[in-house]
Amino acid sequence: MSGAELGLALSVFLACTVEAVEALTIVLAVGSTRSWSSAIGGVGAAVLALAVIVAALGPAITSLPIDVLRVVIGGLLLIFGLQWLRKAILRSAGLKAKHDESQIYEEEAAAARAAGAKHDGFDGYAFTIAFKGVLLEGLEVAFIVLTFGANQHRVPLAAAAAGLAVLLVVLAGVAARAPLARVPENTLKFAVGVMLSSFGMFWGAEGAGASWPGGDAALLVIVPGVLIVAIAMSKTVAGTTDSGSIVPGAQMTSDTAEQARMGA
Amino acid sequence: MTRVRGLLLAVWEFVVGDDWRTAIGVALALGVTALVAAAGVTAWWVMPLAVLGLLALSIRRSARGPTR
Repeated sequence: MSGAELGLALSVFLACTVEAVEALTIVLAVGSTRSWSSAIGGVGAAVLALAVIVAALGPAITSLPIDVLRVVIGGLLLIFGLQWLRKAILRSAGLKAKHDESQIYEEEAAAARAAGAKHDGFDGYAFTIAFKGVLLEGLEVAFIVLTFGANQHRVPLAAAAAGLAVLLVVLAGVAARAPLARVPENTLKFAVGVMLSSFGMFWGAEGAGASWPGGDAALLVIVPGVLIVAIAMSKTVAGTTDSGSIVPGAQMTSDTAEQARMGA
Repeated sequence: MTRVRGLLLAVWEFVVGDDWRTAIGVALALGVTALVAAAGVTAWWVMPLAVLGLLALSIRRSARGPTR
């Protein structure tokens, strides 16, 4: 396995783990408070919808000329990656609330209990919330699998990495019977932001006509370079926040308000 | 029409997220890279510089106010 393929598998695995943990929390909350069968039905419907989206978009993406593919995919990955990285840096600097699966579980469970009486049999609330949760969290993973995989003609490898992540998270969730609050989600998001930004920058530049010194080996410099820059920015922001010099209007923002948007 | 508008808004939200300036910056950086490469000049350095600047500006904006 080449370095680029290893990076592909690792990026997809980490991104998928994060999204799967978040989806699991939502499914656990509505399943345990409303109806397991309806929640699992919602999960199945979302997985089916994701499969249809991947099946429809996959051939369209892979049929693009390689330079167009790389510049479009590189640009999109970079936009995604910079958003993940910005939020991860803000979290590590203490300017954004860290993702707390236990708290999110409690909020989702409280909303489910307040949603009205349960009916015997099919529960529309549990089905809909589970469906939306899995679909929204899964869309970004599907996009990452398709783009990373198509760009290197290794869609099966990307899909296998995603599948392994989902399997491990589901097994851990079944074993714990609780939200996976101990998964170092914020660290994983930091890593995913670094990987998406690095690969996006690499492929985007190549697609636009640039040649990296050393070819694929340039990734061995780009990935650590982005990591070092991100850590330095995090420490700088944290330091200036502590001294109160640059952020007089800064406010702690919460992840829970962003549940409708994917992961990052 | 409302459904089409809703779909387009969802795609915009999915791709661009809450920081449209970064998305525009990435597109511009790729355009500059293409122009520099087309002129026969080494162009790989454009994207790292752009990423550094875009990330710093994005964090600065967020640190000055609530994330929208």
